[in-house]
Amino acid sequence: MTGTLPKIRIRDLHKSFGSKKVLDGINLDVMPGTSFVIIGGSGSGKSVLLRCILGLIIPDSGSIEIDGEDMLTASPRRQDVLRGKIGMLFQNGALFDSLPVWENVTFGLLALKRLTRKEGRSHAGSILAQVGLDPSVGELYPSELSGGMQKRVGLARAIAAQPDILFFDEPTTGLDPIMGAVIDGLIVDCVKKLGSTAIAITHDMASAQRIGDDAAMLYKGQLIWKGPASALMDSGNAMVDQFTHGRREGPITMELRR
Amino acid sequence: MDMLLDLVARLGRTTLGLIRAAGSLTLFALSGLSHLVRPPFYGRVFLSTFLETGFFSLPVVALTALFSGGVIALQSYTGFAQYHVQSAIAGIVVLAVTRELGPVLAGLMVAGRVGAAMAAEIGTMRVTDQVDALTTLSTNPMKYLVAPRLLAGIIALPLLVLVADVLGVAGGFTVSVVKLGFSPHAYITATLNSVKVIDVTVGLVKAALFGFLIALMGCYYGYNSKGGAEGVGTATTSAVVAASILLLAFDYLLTDLFFSQ
Repeated sequence: MTGTLPKIRIRDLHKSFGSKKVLDGINLDVMPGTSFVIIGGSGSGKSVLLRCILGLIIPDSGSIEIDGEDMLTASPRRQDVLRGKIGMLFQNGALFDSLPVWENVTFGLLALKRLTRKEGRSHAGSILAQVGLDPSVGELYPSELSGGMQKRVGLARAIAAQPDILFFDEPTTGLDPIMGAVIDGLIVDCVKKLGSTAIAITHDMASAQRIGDDAAMLYKGQLIWKGPASALMDSGNAMVDQFTHGRREGPITMELRR
Repeated sequence: MDMLLDLVARLGRTTLGLIRAAGSLTLFALSGLSHLVRPPFYGRVFLSTFLETGFFSLPVVALTALFSGGVIALQSYTGFAQYHVQSAIAGIVVLAVTRELGPVLAGLMVAGRVGAAMAAEIGTMRVTDQVDALTTLSTNPMKYLVAPRLLAGIIALPLLVLVADVLGVAGGFTVSVVKLGFSPHAYITATLNSVKVIDVTVGLVKAALFGFLIALMGCYYGYNSKGGAEGVGTATTSAVVAASILLLAFDYLLTDLFFSQ
């Protein structure tokens, strides 16, 4: 029975900032072990959706269930437990500048006292190796790393606690195509190895198809299409097709000042 | 009529904004303080902030106190010589330094140095998602970022003020003895006769409160900063200005409370 229970279940989720509606009745089921990609233009509400699931932003209404437990009505302690199931790769890495890489990677494990600092230092080396980095990188500080290395360290930090759920916020943004493909490959490997459920948000179509099993498109706060990620480039939905092919003409009009 | 209504509306909005800001700051302070007594505690963060606030502020606070003590001795001499009461200089210096100048000058120096750094660091963490990253890594940002800084401020500033007290008096002593020709023994005796335990104690109580206010303003403005580099800059400025004003306001209130009679 538990095999049919969605890992993440979102119902009628609404969020506005002032008069701007960012999420407008989102309904979404993400099944265990699947990799779900959400595409959409800048400002379409993708990041806000992820942050609502993480509890970083409180939605105006609706429900967010993780393993059948409502995140929004759970006690703060339970929310912490549910949040502990999630690993997150932030768009810009969000590495802690003041800490060396090894401490960034094992930060969550040290916080939960699952490791001592001595163990953390050596454990970080093995996690860094999983994302293709030499363990010696652990002694560097984030400011000494390239953009691609920062993303890898961010990925290492996200998978360090072996979470049930992984979120990726525009994982390839700012990277060259080859490094983007490398990061996507690492994401797929990590998700498969951990058996995690993943949600990635992106507007990089190549990345979306590499990472995702299923996909959806968010437009003006609503999920206007859901389907297999392999069908993204030929979805049959005029809006999705315009977006994925990057056409100027179509039903989506950019709100530009003429 | 429209202009009057507009004026009233603006006044109302400003008042509501102030009340909202005061409420938000109070809740932030209470939350930060409550995390001081609830585990887990982040000793390493406290230690590094304590060193930054206390130890690395020593040179600037020491120099400020030393010169200020000297200036008070000189200025007092200029005024008191007219009335032939130069002997009061030692008392003036020690009371001014322990009661007021020590805590206030150390507080203002630390507000400029450490309060600004706290706001800039936490503000940068906020706008680069590092604060959110803490939450996703099972770490409460209030507990990790705010509580250790509040504690460091409360403990470090009284220690700095003790040093400032000693050096302020030493500055007055040096100027009085070397430049104004006072007898060292007479100056020290007059100093010890003038100062009471309550003078130093109240100065230290003020310092603890100032340390709390400086850290609170740095953390509050940093934590609530938004809008990238400009937002961090604004937060830093606001933290220093707010801390300095609050510090002087509370200095008056505490002085009135302890010394007005």
